[in-house]
Amino acid sequence: MSGRVLVGVKRVIDYAVKIRVKPDHTGVVTDGVKHSMNPFCEIAVEEAVKLKEKKLIKEVVAVSCGPQQSQETIRTALAMGADRGIHVEVSGKDYDSLGPLQVSKILAALAKKEEAQLIILGKQAIDDDCNQTGQMTAALLDWPQGTFASEVSLEAEKIKVVREIDGGLETIKINTPAVLTADLRLNTPRYATLPNIMKAKKKKIANVKPADLGVDLTSRLEVLRVDEPPQREAGVKVETVEDLVAKLKDTGKI
Amino acid sequence: YIYISHIKVLTGQLLRLSRFVYALDESKSFAVNMFKGQIATAQVFPFPKALNDEQEQFLRELVGPVSKFFEEVNDPAKNDSLEKVEDHTMEGLKEMGAFGLQVPADLGGLGLSNTQYARLVEIVGAHDLGVGITLGAHQSIGFKGILLFGNKAQKEKYLPKLASGEHIAAFCLTEPASGSDAASIKTTAVLSPCGKFYTMNGSKIWISNGGIAEIFTVFAKTPMKDPKTGETTDKITAFIVERSFGGVTSGPPEKKMGIKASNTAEVYFDDVRVPADCVLGEVGGGFKVAMNILNNGRFGMAAALSGTMKSVIIKAVDHAANRTQFGNKIHTYGAIQEKIARMTMLQYVTESMAYMISGNMDSGAAEFQIEAAISKIFASEAAWTVADESIQVMGGMGFMKDPGVERVMRDLRIFRIFEGTNDILRLFVALNGFQAGLSTGLTLQGSIHPELAQSGDLLNKCSEGELMERFDPSDEQFVLKRVADCAIDLYAMVVVLSRASRSLGQGHPSAQHEKMLCDTWCVEAYDRVVRDVKLLQSAQSKQLFNNMRSISAAVVENRGVVSPHPLGF
Repeated sequence: MSGRVLVGVKRVIDYAVKIRVKPDHTGVVTDGVKHSMNPFCEIAVEEAVKLKEKKLIKEVVAVSCGPQQSQETIRTALAMGADRGIHVEVSGKDYDSLGPLQVSKILAALAKKEEAQLIILGKQAIDDDCNQTGQMTAALLDWPQGTFASEVSLEAEKIKVVREIDGGLETIKINTPAVLTADLRLNTPRYATLPNIMKAKKKKIANVKPADLGVDLTSRLEVLRVDEPPQREAGVKVETVEDLVAKLKDTGKI
Repeated sequence: YIYISHIKVLTGQLLRLSRFVYALDESKSFAVNMFKGQIATAQVFPFPKALNDEQEQFLRELVGPVSKFFEEVNDPAKNDSLEKVEDHTMEGLKEMGAFGLQVPADLGGLGLSNTQYARLVEIVGAHDLGVGITLGAHQSIGFKGILLFGNKAQKEKYLPKLASGEHIAAFCLTEPASGSDAASIKTTAVLSPCGKFYTMNGSKIWISNGGIAEIFTVFAKTPMKDPKTGETTDKITAFIVERSFGGVTSGPPEKKMGIKASNTAEVYFDDVRVPADCVLGEVGGGFKVAMNILNNGRFGMAAALSGTMKSVIIKAVDHAANRTQFGNKIHTYGAIQEKIARMTMLQYVTESMAYMISGNMDSGAAEFQIEAAISKIFASEAAWTVADESIQVMGGMGFMKDPGVERVMRDLRIFRIFEGTNDILRLFVALNGFQAGLSTGLTLQGSIHPELAQSGDLLNKCSEGELMERFDPSDEQFVLKRVADCAIDLYAMVVVLSRASRSLGQGHPSAQHEKMLCDTWCVEAYDRVVRDVKLLQSAQSKQLFNNMRSISAAVVENRGVVSPHPLGF
């Protein structure tokens, strides 16, 4: 199998940042907050670059959907070894309501346009934890999917994927073209070196609009309210088992 | 405001400082005309913006990976206990491109400007000063001479491998008998009769990277014949010396108080044959080369230490915000509040100096050596104080190894000593005055933000007038030290006024906080300057200096304290 791999990279609030809910409860504070590439997307990029280094695929194309700042995320992917980038411009209200359904439609359209052989995504984003985009993209394209991948190997016209599941590990073999989603133990992403960041400046990022791809961004979901998780309350100590049972009855737990 | 009354009192008796005209032993005469007239604002207002959009964008992309590397890969505690930078960390740094930050891109480096370099070095300083010195000794001074004075052939030959870190560099000036008195070095380099090579003999001590370097910038005395008089004198020449030339050996790593991860060793030159085309700069022009190299790299120290202070303040504040004693979080107590406020101001001033100077250098300023010297003195002493006070805020915890502040404290001590001891640099600052910044010219009014007018006023008061008075040469260093302290305080006032003005002008959300930092700093700096000047003008100072001279003489003669024990035995 040779050819093109599409890798989706999402710009999210950095994992180390303390998240704060906006005063109007419509979402979380993002202004002036440190953002970086979704950690699972980093693992996806690393896997794609590794495949290229093994000469199993020819080109890695990094894709991100979002406002202007998404280009920084694409640049990071380029510095890690992706060959070129595609920035799908989505901003304002459209960006606020952008979710897995819309992104998977975009990725499916791009995969067809770019004649991609493989799409590698992170298994989920750390901001919404949806874990849906990879699956939806595969469904829209009617491609096989290898999700929660902890090991990927290309064999002739098929891909062997070891998947992390609740019971342990599951090994499957799927046809190409396919969609893979990366789990934590798939690899350890390389550090972007400063010389590679410098080289990445010369790599191209194409700008595309969702309308150009014939994608309708209308969301089926409406966010009503965002709240912080309730503060953990102090526990209550009781003297005897009888007291415990009484308290549990009082609070309607039993 | 308290200082308004001070200004009124001093109006009739404006701040005056001596105009010194005297001869030094080297029969050079320096006219120091400090604080005469008004300050030329060209270099200090507005706060320099030294990055164009592309440079800023590029720098933003570099900050993330460098920070990540230091947070996740580098282990400062391990480096400290191993007394070396871990091998995999060194490899990672080399791959990262950290060894050739300012080497031009076409020779394998990143071609960073001084401001971009400062921003990255700040990250290193925030995490591990031992690594900071390893990198700094290599590129800030080790091969800086090749960047500044190398010819095309030398640059093309040496820079690529230095940039990749395949070769490490070291700066070799200090000798057992020559530290501050650099001009007295005894290592020799004698030109062969055929004129094709020099034979180098001598030994250098306390050379950072001395044990691991392949390329050395070495300063040696070369006998030179004066064409006019026919007399032969020894002048210093700078050389690029490769360990592979043969005859170059290094001693074992020195055991140190801090920056233990950095390799420090003696380097010996035994009949080393150095090709004539390895001369760096002009034959006999080595002293200038050395001073330029040190001067050029000095801003890096202020940048690194501003990062160190930031990270140490985070630890202190984290403790103060969480520790409860006597029923309250300790940050609610005045004693702790003053410490935190002072630490913050010292960090703010240092950071402002670092980026003002790197900004000036990037904008093409030719004269910045006084400011660079001031920033080195200020940064090294401020960082020591901040680390010390952070430990104090943290109490017993600060003294323990785990939090890491004690290591930072040990690492910091050397910064007041190497790269020009603060004592020598003070003499340098005082003797050269504020020539670069001073001229009869504009006042500060109109340059600073109206909200800072009162603080700007203080600065103007400090700057006006001069005192025509000669002083006793034997009091020289006592006086110069205080003059330098005033110069440092004044430059500090100028940089924070400039920075705070910019923040206020930009309507930054933190501008009011910065205004408070600036105002508070200026009040105290002004007081210090006034106090020092008053002392220097008073008859009492002569007596004080005499006393100190006599005390010192007696203790030296006795090789210890002189006063008999209170118990009589």
